[in-house]
Amino acid sequence: MFVTSAYAQEAAPAAAEGDTHAGTAVPAAEHEAFPPFDAKTFPSQILWLVITFGLFYLFLKRVVMPRLGGIIDVRNDRITQDLDHAARLKGEADAAVAAYEQELAEAKVNANKIGQQANDAAKAQAEGTRKKLEAELEKKLGEAEASIASIKAKAMKEVGTIAEDTTSAIVEALVGGKADKAEIAAAVKSASR
Amino acid sequence: MAADKVDPIHQFQIHPIIPLHIGGYDVSFTNSSLFMVVTIVLASAFLYMSTASRALIPGRLQSVSEMAYEFVGNMLRDAAGKQGMQFFPLVFSLFMFVLVANLIGLFPYFFTVTSHIIVTFTLAILVIGTVLVYGFAKHGFGFLKLFVPHGVPGYLLPLVVAIEIISFVSRPVSLSVRLFANMLAGHITLKVFSGFVVSLSAFGAVGIAGSVLPLAMAVALSALELLVAFLQAYVFAVLTCMYLNDALHPSH
Repeated sequence: MFVTSAYAQEAAPAAAEGDTHAGTAVPAAEHEAFPPFDAKTFPSQILWLVITFGLFYLFLKRVVMPRLGGIIDVRNDRITQDLDHAARLKGEADAAVAAYEQELAEAKVNANKIGQQANDAAKAQAEGTRKKLEAELEKKLGEAEASIASIKAKAMKEVGTIAEDTTSAIVEALVGGKADKAEIAAAVKSASR
Repeated sequence: MAADKVDPIHQFQIHPIIPLHIGGYDVSFTNSSLFMVVTIVLASAFLYMSTASRALIPGRLQSVSEMAYEFVGNMLRDAAGKQGMQFFPLVFSLFMFVLVANLIGLFPYFFTVTSHIIVTFTLAILVIGTVLVYGFAKHGFGFLKLFVPHGVPGYLLPLVVAIEIISFVSRPVSLSVRLFANMLAGHITLKVFSGFVVSLSAFGAVGIAGSVLPLAMAVALSALELLVAFLQAYVFAVLTCMYLNDALHPSH
């Protein structure tokens, strides 16, 4: 690695010569070391590697990596945000479904109650109407029976009078004289018994 | 020229483009330096431009950048926990640098920066240096607990501690040699098989017919090398994460 300046200067023209006259480089290559182990080239390679790699490191560290990291972070944030948003929307949708189902259940209960009430009211009304009609009919029936009885009694009384009249007429026609009214009445009475 | 084409080592040669000497050291701007610059410019430009729109829904290129970012981020978080994320820039730059350097090296006539041991070794020293500096700064001498596992009987302790120290010291070596050797061997093999195609086709019709085999091999190897390019960048990053975990949590 440690090359004296004299040796280095001696080596440089030799290498340059080998480069320009490629055809004559073969004998020169024979006494030259295997290139990767040629210590003459080490200082130059180390220096330029340190310079280039150092610049590369600084460029990546200062410019490229913050940018790449930023891009990826922004994307991850965005994805997290979107996932949160989606989760929140799903929660809202679930809540809406739950509310809807609850309202549906309440509405069903209400509908049943209203139906029941209507049914009960209709039944009560029908029962009342029926009772009123029955009572009226009962009354009418009683009245009818009473009137039938009175008519019957009246008719029966009239039947006696008609019979007396008829009897007196028959007696008058047959006997030809006026029959005693009291006698006829007694006779009719005994016959109608 | 023909000799150059079949020389599989030629592709690793380093030649100065702008000669430069500072304090007696040859620090010329070479083809290796050029491809380091190309690597960081390409990687930076891709990462910068693909994310320029900061789109909420990423396009293809932005997806690639984001995937690389999250891939390395998850790797580090899994290995070293949330505390380890302070090293994210380091691990991410290492991963991107090694990956892009490996991929660029796959193009014909392009220089592979990571095929030189000194480059991979410097990166490995950077990792181990970070582990050491952070470990001692955070835990003081408590960091030395790293070498003393729990539940080891007293008479075995010297042996175990010696093994732990050796394994720690060999880390930068294994980390750098793994990447370097993979790149070097892969590129040599590719070059050798591609060289066969060229040399065989010089022997007329029979040679051209025969060169189909190494050509198919070169195609298959290119695919394999593409995989290796990714795999080695991944392995380098994963091991970095595990070593950093040691710095954060020395008592295992």
